Amino acid sequence: MAINTQSFTAQTIHCLMKNRFAAIGGILVLLVFILSIFAPLVAPYDPSAIDIKNILIGPSFSHPLGTDDLGRDVLSRMLWGGRISLEVGFVAVGIATILGIVLGAIAGYYGGYVDSGIMRAVDIMLSIPTIFLVLAVIAILEPSIINIMIVIGLTSWMEPARLIRAEFISLKDREFVIAARAIGAGDGRIIMKHILPNGLSPILVSATMGIGGAILIESALSFLGLGVQPPTPSWGSLLSSGKDNIEIAWWLSALPGLAILITVLGYNLLGEGIRDALDPRQRE
Amino acid sequence: MLFYFIKRALLMVPILLGITVLSFGVMRLAPGGPAEAQMEFSARASAEARERLRKLYGADQPFYKQYATWLTKFVTLDFGEAFADGRKVKDKILERLPITLTINLLSLGLVLLIAIPIGIMSATRQYSLLDRSTTIFVFIGFSTPSFWLALLLIYLFGVQWGALPISGIQALDVTGLSGWDRLMDRARHLILPVFVLSFGGLAGFSRYIRNNMLEVMRQDYIRTARAKGLSEKTVIYKHALRNALMPVITILGLALPGIIGGSVIIEQVFGIPGMGQLMFQSVMSRDYNLVMGILAPAAFLTLLGNFLADIGYAFTDPRVRLS
Repeated sequence: MAINTQSFTAQTIHCLMKNRFAAIGGILVLLVFILSIFAPLVAPYDPSAIDIKNILIGPSFSHPLGTDDLGRDVLSRMLWGGRISLEVGFVAVGIATILGIVLGAIAGYYGGYVDSGIMRAVDIMLSIPTIFLVLAVIAILEPSIINIMIVIGLTSWMEPARLIRAEFISLKDREFVIAARAIGAGDGRIIMKHILPNGLSPILVSATMGIGGAILIESALSFLGLGVQPPTPSWGSLLSSGKDNIEIAWWLSALPGLAILITVLGYNLLGEGIRDALDPRQRE
Repeated sequence: MLFYFIKRALLMVPILLGITVLSFGVMRLAPGGPAEAQMEFSARASAEARERLRKLYGADQPFYKQYATWLTKFVTLDFGEAFADGRKVKDKILERLPITLTINLLSLGLVLLIAIPIGIMSATRQYSLLDRSTTIFVFIGFSTPSFWLALLLIYLFGVQWGALPISGIQALDVTGLSGWDRLMDRARHLILPVFVLSFGGLAGFSRYIRNNMLEVMRQDYIRTARAKGLSEKTVIYKHALRNALMPVITILGLALPGIIGGSVIIEQVFGIPGMGQLMFQSVMSRDYNLVMGILAPAAFLTLLGNFLADIGYAFTDPRVRLS
């Protein structure tokens, strides 16, 4: 039997690319990413350009996805809305992941009362229905992009924290840690340079799926009016005006939601694919 | 085993206190208290009047005193009055709770009823057409924004086909109808909301059951059962299923907060006068008594749900009791 000489990372990527679902997810993610980055170049109109003469036109030659209730081009608004969604998704997940890593690492490494304390905090946060907490906090801080990012980040750190804590608990008694301590490495160094790089793989899955989840939360908030404020376009607020005009403008209700679906689907497929690729039991 | 439960119950207390402090702190941090909210439209209110109002609401007391007062009233289920209309918070919650509970419990029941069989079938026929198509359905279900699905269904069923009502929970002229008709009318109003609520749960839950079953069926004891000559049906339904269902109890416990709070968006979209809508309105109008009155009991119920899930788990899995 041939010895597999590929590195762990190379093996994982190889497994990932063979998975058809994950590949589809990856393509979707890439597609949305590219469209969002190049939105200023690709969008045919200025997303805030109001055109009263052309209110609520259906998909047509001049406006491929129609116009909204103020005559703004839906295609352009959707492209720019994608930027907002991705921004919020990435930053919120970034905050949640960093916070989760810090707390999880401390809890897992030091154990004892510190661990108990942090896990109690996790329990407290998990006890309050997320929507309620997010609503309450958004009501206090005025709705704005930054606040949404912070709120979603502050309510999503629990899962990464648990994952990292589990990794740390299983890794902290390994020989390489004992060896590092024996040659005089301090706690901080051990955590950052030795344990953490080995324990990051489940975080990759959590972060990818988390981006999808953050996009869903942001669009829900915008739909309720507590998210991104007009005139900044957001898929959620597009859907909200779609609701108000549902009898005469089906495209406002259908298309932005489809965009959300495709984007989140991409991240979920990719995340699940990464999870399967990292699963040691599924390797050939 | 009793010791285990007592320990768990005692652990709940600091968590509960933590929740109340957190909620209370979050609310009090908010700019503008009750006095300011009432004074907003009356620019001529003198500083003295403002001060009197603040004293009335106890807003001039230090934080811990306010918290203590609030906590003592809280334990006796006196949540104070809502700022908006002065009615007792408890009454407002109680009048909205049944509707929310109805929708959420119906949806939970639907999910369990459909997801478990689908999950089992997907696991036993892995990689079949059924399995693959449900996998696709599951991923789409995960990724669909619920309010979008609601809008689509409203459009199809309400606007295009006019088959189902799209808002509220009963028709406008409900007084003239008989009891049975009223029930049917209520049911027709609830079909869409319950379906949309169940959609995501169906996807996630059937996937969970499927993965659990696959996990269980790889175990040695299943192989033993088959080697013993038991029929496939017995193997699956008597041995595999029982083990796969154990985490379901945990899931049910974790679903408890969802039963109160999970329908906020749906209630907004369909105009259903439930707890979710109440929470949303109270947050928008900065009605702190109301917000706290909903938040804290909701958190408490969640803890209770987790605790019950733990008990259930200990009953079904003997290994837990011994650890």
